[in-house]
Amino acid sequence: MISKPYIKLKNVSKVFGQNPDTVIDLVQNNIDKTELQNDYNHVIGLQNINIDIPKNKIQVFMGLSGSGKSTLIRHLNQLIRPTSGEIVVNNVNVTELNKKDLINFRRENFAMVFQKFALLPHRTVLSNTYFGLQIRGVKSPELENTAKYWIDKVGLDGFENYHPNQLSGGMQQRVGIARALANDAPILLMDEPFSALDPLIRIEMQDMLITLQKELKKTIIFITHDLDEALKLGDNIAILRDGKIIQSGTGQDIILNPYDSYISNFTAQVNRGKVIECEKVMKKLSKDAFSKVTITKETKLEEAARIMISNNINEVDVLNSKKKYIGTVYLNDVMASIINPIDEP
Amino acid sequence: MSILTEFPSIDTETLRSLKKSIDAGFKNFSRNYGDNIESFFEPVRFLLIESEQFLINTPWPIIMAIIAIIAWSGSKNIKIVVSVVMILLLIGYFDMWENTMKTISITFVAALLAIVFGIPIGILMAKSNFFQRVMNPVLDVMQTMPSFVYLIPVVMLLGIGKIPGLIAVVIYSIPPMIRLTNLGIRLVNQAVIEAADSYGASNTQKLIYIQIPLALPTIMAGINQTIMLALSMVVIASMIGVTGLGQPVLTAIQNQYFTLGIFNGFAIVGIAIVFDRVSQAYGKRIQESHGTINDK
Repeated sequence: MISKPYIKLKNVSKVFGQNPDTVIDLVQNNIDKTELQNDYNHVIGLQNINIDIPKNKIQVFMGLSGSGKSTLIRHLNQLIRPTSGEIVVNNVNVTELNKKDLINFRRENFAMVFQKFALLPHRTVLSNTYFGLQIRGVKSPELENTAKYWIDKVGLDGFENYHPNQLSGGMQQRVGIARALANDAPILLMDEPFSALDPLIRIEMQDMLITLQKELKKTIIFITHDLDEALKLGDNIAILRDGKIIQSGTGQDIILNPYDSYISNFTAQVNRGKVIECEKVMKKLSKDAFSKVTITKETKLEEAARIMISNNINEVDVLNSKKKYIGTVYLNDVMASIINPIDEP
Repeated sequence: MSILTEFPSIDTETLRSLKKSIDAGFKNFSRNYGDNIESFFEPVRFLLIESEQFLINTPWPIIMAIIAIIAWSGSKNIKIVVSVVMILLLIGYFDMWENTMKTISITFVAALLAIVFGIPIGILMAKSNFFQRVMNPVLDVMQTMPSFVYLIPVVMLLGIGKIPGLIAVVIYSIPPMIRLTNLGIRLVNQAVIEAADSYGASNTQKLIYIQIPLALPTIMAGINQTIMLALSMVVIASMIGVTGLGQPVLTAIQNQYFTLGIFNGFAIVGIAIVFDRVSQAYGKRIQESHGTINDK
């Protein structure tokens, strides 16, 4: 099941300032961000980033503003060049590409969605959507047909001839997503795509992305400052602070084992029942016959509690994919885990 | 302490010989290359004469209809079209039709040249900070140097006539075209440029698909300014043989004919209003179809 990394960052550092090369050794040797800023007048964007990103999954980078998350996503398609380190995408070291090869590599591999939409204000929804295809030299009937398909897909059927300024924020970002998907690039870079939207619209857009991803199976790099959004969307989550990755793992890993108090401050606010899976509170009994209602070990605690309460039972059996019994979950344990941190078995 | 009361300048003899040698050098240059330079401008002269002949020889109702159609397609505003026709009727009624056509012709050709050269230069300035640093003082000189000063070498090279007049008009009126093209392109929202980069747009694609269309309202303002400046130059240009509404004004100044001056002056104002309203209305329409230009 472990797929080999599709995108690999090796010791990537980025320093902003007059003469980054003069201080890069210090940065690689883990100098503190404020020390570099005060004593050397250079700013750290990224510091020794190492991460493997698997194919066809959603990798979330989470951090507050200034943590380097937007800088990091721009390194993948080289909108920002690293000061040192190596970035390998689909077996190509993108840091070594020359200008022309980089342009071609971007056309074939990346599509990007932006926080402030970055639509072309002079173009209609239709021609905004086919912008990426037009750049790649796709010709007329295919251009419009592909754009039309994706406009329908993101629910903007009938708005083809509107201009972006005639649409609401949520609709504009749907255009942004249609533009990205029309490109049919294997990698989708999303830089805080839903941060500028109202809470309700944001949830709607998250659900749309989840639905689309089930069908498309793209490699998505998703930037957010919202842990709830990260947990909802991310197959893997990396948390950034001051240009460094301080913890990386699945949402459940991060909730259950926050690396330090900085992260536990975030996770304390989270609805644990939506993240933790039943496997963590399952008790293994020896049983032959199992209960009428069953769940899987991936079922989230909240869902298990809902099932038990609606069926008026206090315990429910867990089956694996081959319908074999693997354990039992008790309502008490479930509720306790939703409220309190659980001890690792 | 005479150094404090009298500025220490180079002595008169040196200064005189300096001026003499520069003048002699330029005279030689114009004697040797004047003909070559004249033939270089032959296509422009052809364009100028053809457009003038067309405007004068075509029956006036047809010209008026053409101008009305241009005004309509530019502004889509019936009020503007009606006032344009009214102004032209008044000009014709006061017997200034032919001179007006001559002035429109030179203004049109000058504006055309300013656009053809000004937009590419403006684009280069936007693309290169070095070129911008070089061009800025040049543009400052073009805008502030009294036009009589650069008329001297132009007349020495090309004599009196339409072409030197046209060159003077273009030099005077091209700076806003260049500056506003540069400004328009530099003001394009960086987020949109970044989006284009992320999709792998080349420099040419960015220019054609994004920068020029988004800079168009600003470029239109430059065209408008260029036309206005070209019109304001017609009186000065008439001193070196450009025919049109400027010539009667010049006669009026020399002979103190108040009414002649006022009529022709108002005719120039009239054409200026026509050009201005139509080009502004067109610029505004582009802007509306773009929505907000820098939506941040």
